[in-house]
Amino acid sequence: MSNASLDAIAAKSGQPFPGAPNNWQRFFSFSTDHKVIGIQYIVTAFVFFLIGGLLAMVMRGELITPEADLVDRTVYNALFTMHGTIMLFMWTFPVLNGLANYLVPLQIGARDMAFPRLNAAAFWLVPVFGTLLMVSFFIPGGPSQSGWWAYPPVSLQNPTGNLINGQVLWLIAVALSGVSSIMGAVNFVTTIFRMRAPGMGWFRMPAFCWTVLSAQMIQLFGLPALTAGAVMLLLDLTAGTSFFDPAKGGDPVLYQHFFWFYSHPAVYVIILPVFGFFSEIFPVYARKPLFGYKFVVVSSVVITVLSAMVWVHHMFASGTPSWMRMLFMFSTMLISVPTGVKVFAWVATVWGGKLRLDTPMLFALGGLVCFLFAGITGVMLGAVPFDIHVNNTYFVVGHFHYVIYGAAVMGVYAAIYHWFPKMTGHMYYEGLGKLHFVLTFIGVNLNFFPMHPLGLMGMPRRVASYDPEFAYWNVIASLGGFLLGVSTLPFILNMISSWILGKRAPANPWNAIGLEWMIPSPPPVENFEEIPIVVSAPYGYGSDEPLVANNPAGELINEHS
Amino acid sequence: MSTANLDPTLNTHSPHAAEHEEEDHRMFGFIVFLLSESVIFLSFFVGYTVYKTNITDWLPAGVEGLEVREPLINTIVLVSSSFVIYFAERFLHKENLWGFRAFWLLTMAMGSFFLYGQAVEWMGLPFGFTDGVFGGTFYLLTGFHGLHVMTGVLLQGIMLGRSFLPNNYAGGEFGVAATSLFWHFVDVIWIILFLLIYVWQ
Repeated sequence: MSNASLDAIAAKSGQPFPGAPNNWQRFFSFSTDHKVIGIQYIVTAFVFFLIGGLLAMVMRGELITPEADLVDRTVYNALFTMHGTIMLFMWTFPVLNGLANYLVPLQIGARDMAFPRLNAAAFWLVPVFGTLLMVSFFIPGGPSQSGWWAYPPVSLQNPTGNLINGQVLWLIAVALSGVSSIMGAVNFVTTIFRMRAPGMGWFRMPAFCWTVLSAQMIQLFGLPALTAGAVMLLLDLTAGTSFFDPAKGGDPVLYQHFFWFYSHPAVYVIILPVFGFFSEIFPVYARKPLFGYKFVVVSSVVITVLSAMVWVHHMFASGTPSWMRMLFMFSTMLISVPTGVKVFAWVATVWGGKLRLDTPMLFALGGLVCFLFAGITGVMLGAVPFDIHVNNTYFVVGHFHYVIYGAAVMGVYAAIYHWFPKMTGHMYYEGLGKLHFVLTFIGVNLNFFPMHPLGLMGMPRRVASYDPEFAYWNVIASLGGFLLGVSTLPFILNMISSWILGKRAPANPWNAIGLEWMIPSPPPVENFEEIPIVVSAPYGYGSDEPLVANNPAGELINEHS
Repeated sequence: MSTANLDPTLNTHSPHAAEHEEEDHRMFGFIVFLLSESVIFLSFFVGYTVYKTNITDWLPAGVEGLEVREPLINTIVLVSSSFVIYFAERFLHKENLWGFRAFWLLTMAMGSFFLYGQAVEWMGLPFGFTDGVFGGTFYLLTGFHGLHVMTGVLLQGIMLGRSFLPNNYAGGEFGVAATSLFWHFVDVIWIILFLLIYVWQ
């Protein structure tokens, strides 16, 4: 294809709202193009990722010595509260929403999301509540110190006596985040149900779209419970009600039920799309069809259903009756079955394949290894006697950081590298990508593995100082934490420099099979010249059956061939 | 590949062809939203049930129970308004615009009567929002529902106003259908709420 026509495509791509600028400034405008919104989400999320990461490094700096000498204990409480809140509400959800926003319409053969304006509004709430959270650093009393779970009665304390305090701002921000996520979920569910290209039956839809659908279902039916709990807590804090205040007859454990009824399934909101990335990436770089495609998609639905039945495992030590503990122990362990189905499918996909170890594949493999480890410690934690033993120790912290950083962050990196050429029209630098992977993989294991022996030894979480016998593993974990901080530098350098200077990407740099790879990089404003007519199942590697009956890129691809 | 595979209609499970791309997805999205909204009410109902079954001195001191007669009248009015709004929609489908406006206005009047009745009830109650968990849950549930009734009446007002704009409401109108659905939703929620709070005392 000639450079002139490439420029023409680039000029057409990502066309924002009529009248809005058509260059980099469109990413700062109220665009209704799902591709622009997707990138807006991703970039915003990474800004907060760096802020949340800096807070984590101050914590690891504090923990490198047993004494609380770097920051005050109350500051430490604020640090872990804001680190958790930012990483969950400002990084994971936005970044996954961003990738889903970008990819779902392309993968199902639609021209945009079902409700483009709602989509833009949902995104613009993210900087709004992000700013609210950041403002809480600068008000009297500082940000919330009650942890990202905000358990009463701790979260009901208000030492400053001000009506506007860190906890109130936190609750408003979380409620706004819920509103934004529900708006997004309505949009995704409608888009996937109603806007699939002709011929794309349910079992011809890419696995990633299945995982997005499953995750967004959880948002729809789980988030309102958290919102209900947050509203009641906010009323307790500001209007003098006593829903959760035990001193006035309230029931703080009910809050825990509301909170975990959503917040455990939220883990699957995070990990399901990451499973989707794995399912998309392994077939491409192993040159094989996704093994057991139907089992992979059905297991996503099973995980969604089971996810609503496991929340009490966060409350084994909250005075939960034994029969309930037993019930939720079994349901928790049951969820490892559909998850195991996926893991076996990925291993079988990669097994005997001709592997190309490009950066996306390296991150996907690394993420899978970390997820396996997290899965094993997860089953251990699901067992009531073991959970009671390590409850509130670093073992739990290690487990979920293997899930969130090991699997989710690495899975997101894999996805960003894999679709970077599609999104930007430029190739990234492979050398910097590999350096990024090596630093991240070593950093994750150095940082989070030591937390397991620490937990077994009995080191409690959420403390600024500790017994010197825990020092050895803490020093290693802190060094790993700093390495993780350093690991983001080649990533940022790579993304910025290759977006500006990287060589032009062809429509399908990986020889992948999928609707998004049949149109130019970056995709033109309405994605498809012609809406594709899908005639076979996805992941047909090694099969000569075509995916579509027409040419979705219209004349542009013909020019190429 | 067999030639049969080339025919998209033979393989499709999704009935939406390319030319229907502009089709209206709004009703589907609105139903999804209402399902999500119902979980908030469900959470409040579960909370209420947990409190009521676990707390021993449930009612505030000096409160015997809730008066059922006025809320029952209110309930009858609200439930009937669901039928009235249904007939308003039927008139619109038959392109009888004045019939639509009359029944639509009657729905609004009945919704407003409900809100008035609830305000009168609230002012006469011997306990407040901060009087224990009972007071809190009572006002939270009835207040949150009342907010929905208010939203419904507001939406109805907008739709009524729009019916006077030229060339409006020529065919199936999304705004009217969605407002009507929302009204039925608010109604069903009230029936559960009435049974939970007033009947089960």
